[in-house]
Amino acid sequence: MSFDIVLTVNGTRRTIPIPDPRVTLLDLLRESLHLTGAKKGCDRGQCGACTVLVDGRRINSCLALAASLDGAEILTIEGLAEGDRLHPVQEAFITHDGFQCGFCTPGQIMSAVGLIREAQAGDDPERVREAMSGNLCRCGAYAGITEAVLEAQKALSQNAPTTRQGEAA
Amino acid sequence: MIPFEYVRATDVAGAVAAGAAPGAAYLAAGTNLLDLMKGGVARPTRLVDITRLPGLAAVERRDDGGVRIGALARNSDLAHDPAFAEAYPAVAEALLSGASAQLRNAATAAGNVMQRTRCAYFTDPGSACNKRRPGSGCDAIGGETRLHAILGWSEACIATHPSDFCVPLVALDAGVEIAGPAGTRLVPLESFHRLPGTTPERETVLEPGELITALVLPPEAAAFAGHSRYLKVRDRTSYAFAVVSAAAALRLEGGRIAEARLALGGVALKPWRSRDAEGLLAGRAPDAAAFREAADAALAGARPSGDNAFKIELSRRLAVRALTAAAAGTPARLPALPGSVLAPAPEAAHV
Ligand SMILES: Cc1cc2nc3c(=O)[nH]c(=O)nc-3n(C[C@H](O)[C@H](O)[C@H](O)COP(=O)(O)OP(=O)(O)OC[C@H]3O[C@@H](n4cnc5c(N)ncnc54)[C@H](O)[C@@H]3O)c2cc1C
Ligand code: SF4
Ligand code: FES
Ligand code: FES
Repeated sequence: MSFDIVLTVNGTRRTIPIPDPRVTLLDLLRESLHLTGAKKGCDRGQCGACTVLVDGRRINSCLALAASLDGAEILTIEGLAEGDRLHPVQEAFITHDGFQCGFCTPGQIMSAVGLIREAQAGDDPERVREAMSGNLCRCGAYAGITEAVLEAQKALSQNAPTTRQGEAA
Repeated sequence: MIPFEYVRATDVAGAVAAGAAPGAAYLAAGTNLLDLMKGGVARPTRLVDITRLPGLAAVERRDDGGVRIGALARNSDLAHDPAFAEAYPAVAEALLSGASAQLRNAATAAGNVMQRTRCAYFTDPGSACNKRRPGSGCDAIGGETRLHAILGWSEACIATHPSDFCVPLVALDAGVEIAGPAGTRLVPLESFHRLPGTTPERETVLEPGELITALVLPPEAAAFAGHSRYLKVRDRTSYAFAVVSAAAALRLEGGRIAEARLALGGVALKPWRSRDAEGLLAGRAPDAAAFREAADAALAGARPSGDNAFKIELSRRLAVRALTAAAAGTPARLPALPGSVLAPAPEAAHV
């Protein structure tokens, strides 16, 4: 049974054939759309490497059936920067050494973008750590990640009225 | 994952009709179902996508003071609904102690109630498991039993139900609203999940095609708002299932307990409410002696199902601690680590 779904991926509306309903959002992004930023760490919801935003909310794309998301807006790490201008969360990860090998990083960054939108953690590092606990980092860059999230959150709240592309999607 | 037919339901009657076919399963967010399908544990031949059913995502206050949680309400939306969290703080705390922010953003209320056990032998198709393949035996018995049951288990199955959400819900007398081929019915959550007995493959009272449409909290449930806690012992600080957990809720009047609620998680194949403990607490002063007696009563029938006798005393202590915390009053804001038994850590203590 083959059918099409429509997704707006990083701002572009696309009609995407689904040859087999078994495909997850993660496999669709990586294999069909060649957006390999979202990583397949565990494929079972246990690591967060596949985190993307769906309709503005961070989820694990490995445990989402693509067919079920017909009509949704997807934001991946590839859609975050504006040309050469990095998103404040990306900048903060560089400033604070929020990664080492980089494998978990697209998931960490998308998760951080989602966390900042959720606006539940405030400036409490413990709440930030708790809210980022769905993203594992085997290199143990956690200290830098927490600092990066806090700083990016501050930067984003300062230029709040001007919506950036990544924020508006 | 075996091939399946994908069906998108547009109304409840259509979902029930499509879901009643042999081999059909309802798909909500898929955070449990897809995981099990990838592992070959769940093998549906038809997925009935219920995520677009109209009106099922709402959290509605009822005229009688109760609340109706739509089956499709996302775990995070429910936990962060200010009015809901204020009225049922232990439910919000339990939700936020579960899984991760990403999973909670996707997971639905009914999916959480319906999630399957995390027994490692159940999730490994190479192991014998009476729940996955009736009559094949139970490889958990005599195996790794750290997360297995101490209450209500049988020789056929010693698994636990892993939900956090269900624990305060059962304490607060929640009901499960069900739509089926024969109409709708309301079943108390307390009798919704079945203990294993000789048929561990029958997990709930749902009949083929029946669909959860909502979870309902009665008006009395909000009376515990001032004295409610959910505590959860985990093998790591966050993003882990409960080893054991406890939901405690008290209604205090004139320095005495007018009414108490106590339920345990991670101890049985269902969220375990202890009416004996609740009865003992009524009329007592909220002190250590009363709480210990209640905890003893709650665990009176407990037996290890393997190498897990430690869970019995751990559950008693956690029950005492949850009751003590509830008596001290619901915190104005949920703790930074919801459900955690660890004291707030100093900066960067556990990174
Ligand atoms: C890594 C990880 C960690 C987790 N940690 C925790 C934790 O600490 N605490 C915790 O409580 N949970 C935890 N979970 C489980 C999580 O809460 C569940 O996966 C989630 O709640 C399931 O909801 P869903 O909407 O994704 O359901 P689905 O996966 O879509 O469905 C689950 C089951 O429910 C059935 N179903 C769904 N909706 C209905 C309905 N309306 N009527 C009848 N049947 C229905 C489906 O057919 C399926 O059998 C964790 C999950 C993962 C992957
Ligand atoms: S404890 Fe239950 S779920 Fe686990 S292997 Fe035994 S029968 Fe299966
Ligand atoms: S790849 Fe999705 S959570 Fe690990
Ligand atoms: S940077 Fe290597 S896993 Fe996180």
